[in-house]
Amino acid sequence: MFTNRTINILIPIISVFLGLLVGAIIMVVFGYNPVLGYGALWEGAFGDSYFFGETVRMVTPYILSGLAVAFALRTGLLNIGVEGQVFVGWLASVWVGVAFELPMVIHLPLAILAAAAAGAFWGFIPGILKAKLGVHEVIVTIMMNYIALYSTNAIVRHVITEGEDQTERIAGSASLASEWIAEMTFYSRMHYGILIAFLMALIMWFILNKTTRGFELRSVGYNPHASNYAGMSVGKNIVLAMMISGAFAGLAGAMEGLGTYGYLATKSGFTNIGFEGIAVALLGANTALGVVLAAFLFGTLKIGALNMPTVAGVPTELVEIVIALIIFFVASSYMIRWVILRFKKEGK
Amino acid sequence: MKNRRFLLILALLLSIGFVLAACGSSDEGESSGDGGDSNESGGEAEASDDFSVAMVTDVGGVDDKSFNQSSWEGLQAFGDENGLEEGEGYDYAQSDSEGDYTTNLSRLVRQDFNLIYGIGYLLQPALEEVAEQNPDTNFGLVDSVAEGDNIVSITFKEHEGSFLAGVAAALKTETDKIGFVGGEDGDLIRKFESGYVAGAKSVNPDIEIDIQYAESFAAADKGKLIASNMYNNDIDVIYHASGATGNGVFAQAKDIKQNNPDEDVWVIGVDRDQHEEGKIDDQNVTLTSMVKRVDVAVNEVATLTMDGDFPGGEVMEYGLDDDAISIATTNEDAMTEEIVSEVEDWKEKIANGEVDVPSTDEELEEFESSL
Repeated sequence: MFTNRTINILIPIISVFLGLLVGAIIMVVFGYNPVLGYGALWEGAFGDSYFFGETVRMVTPYILSGLAVAFALRTGLLNIGVEGQVFVGWLASVWVGVAFELPMVIHLPLAILAAAAAGAFWGFIPGILKAKLGVHEVIVTIMMNYIALYSTNAIVRHVITEGEDQTERIAGSASLASEWIAEMTFYSRMHYGILIAFLMALIMWFILNKTTRGFELRSVGYNPHASNYAGMSVGKNIVLAMMISGAFAGLAGAMEGLGTYGYLATKSGFTNIGFEGIAVALLGANTALGVVLAAFLFGTLKIGALNMPTVAGVPTELVEIVIALIIFFVASSYMIRWVILRFKKEGK
Repeated sequence: MKNRRFLLILALLLSIGFVLAACGSSDEGESSGDGGDSNESGGEAEASDDFSVAMVTDVGGVDDKSFNQSSWEGLQAFGDENGLEEGEGYDYAQSDSEGDYTTNLSRLVRQDFNLIYGIGYLLQPALEEVAEQNPDTNFGLVDSVAEGDNIVSITFKEHEGSFLAGVAAALKTETDKIGFVGGEDGDLIRKFESGYVAGAKSVNPDIEIDIQYAESFAAADKGKLIASNMYNNDIDVIYHASGATGNGVFAQAKDIKQNNPDEDVWVIGVDRDQHEEGKIDDQNVTLTSMVKRVDVAVNEVATLTMDGDFPGGEVMEYGLDDDAISIATTNEDAMTEEIVSEVEDWKEKIANGEVDVPSTDEELEEFESSL
């Protein structure tokens, strides 16, 4: 009765359940009330339309960064550089948003495309290095993260502004935010970007599963040598995969730049959007639908957690523990698989 | 097979839908209850038990042993004085990242707090935005000037206190090399830096001052690394204006002291009297601290607001004359009478206008050329 597929779907669900359960046990051990704690978390994420809006706001970049990691993983590449690609995407979108004055039909798509292009470029560098010289993409992308972080800071400070800590607000014609949504959700920062995120999830599914190119990308991921033997260009596919992955990540940056904030401030550290993307992709089993669902879970946990100290006295760090536990259980899926198969045998 | 998978996904989506729907209905009941409450208490804060105040920390967190902690102590003191309960009458919300500022501020507004503080200049854009959206709530911003009729800006003359810290450092150093560790580079920390440099050069024009920025208020590891480099380069006094990053500076100084109790290394603390942070065995590496009584200011503004005199739209500036800025003398072994009396002399000079302490890079250049 348990096919391999059902097990693959069951594992993330069981992991989430186990993560929350162990989280509850930890709360009890440290003298907090888990029912109150999770109640506060739920309230903080969906309590009313404001919190719901904020949760969606948080989910939006997570979907895109999750897609970026998932896309690369499906083609056998580990893109740790999503964080950096988010930065350059954010920078590019805000730059276009600040520098031009254009009608909205041109300005907004231009800003979004600029972000995707910047992210793709940031993904292209490790891609070409891997394809031509065989440099491992993990090393390059990690370094590219730091390059992105500090160059964006320098550009914000010295190129876009004159010694300021943040750029001006983008023109209204480049903004994804909408007054209509803001009013409906009591000024939450939810914006139209969520539609773009859904669209991208669809596009990723389409590229990978419905096109020849996608088939090639996946087959290079499964076995580069066999693909090469079958006449596919491994190098070309690696570069392409990194660029598409980077473009998704760049769009995640655009969500922050054009939607949530409307500006770019100098950062003292990473935003973690890219790094959370790795966890989202892992939990979502690298599928488009899985990533969307996992991003919703993570967004809910993150936003809901802010409510926990005030209402239930539970520190926000607990949610980080729960997230870590979920990832742990997904990563140790072998254990869960073994238990499920065990039950299956006994059932027979 | 395909069918089954489809069914499973459908079931999953449906169950999520149900859960969401369930939450929606339960909320309506609760939020209407909340609304009732707010109508009662939101009318006017007449009695003190109706008044509530909250603060949003920056990324340093409420236990940063510095700026945020001092503010929280101010609120706690205010709560004690007025018999308020933590969580109901006064509370804080911790921000783990830049994205949390707006969410935290808005959440506190929705929980019907009467006065909400943003602690630190980093919160300025978020606070201005939220204040504009909620004209009926009062806001306070510490360390920066925000525009809005329902915002009071609380600033300090940190350059004056830092000047005195610079005087103390220049008198204490034996190598004539001192250091400065800043948090994030910006107008505010430049104010500390300018005052410190001016103070040190006033005592000894040839003193060498190494200035480094950690680019974060929450990176104790970077603070430790910078401090380690500085102490290795013969620098023996470091003034840090970097919030929780400074904990790394203290850690490094204490490590050195642990290895060699005879080596003289000093840290000048910031915001709170950081005497406790410098303790190692029976010695203490905290020379002094540039004490900035954020707690007093926060408490004072909360009291004003409770009494119905919210100073909306105003900029309140606290300085040496209100004792809101001072130099700690807790470490009596290190702060010898000689140093203390010299510091007092300079304080006098600042008070009667003889010395005009620079607060920006340009003013500092002018000041240095006038020496």
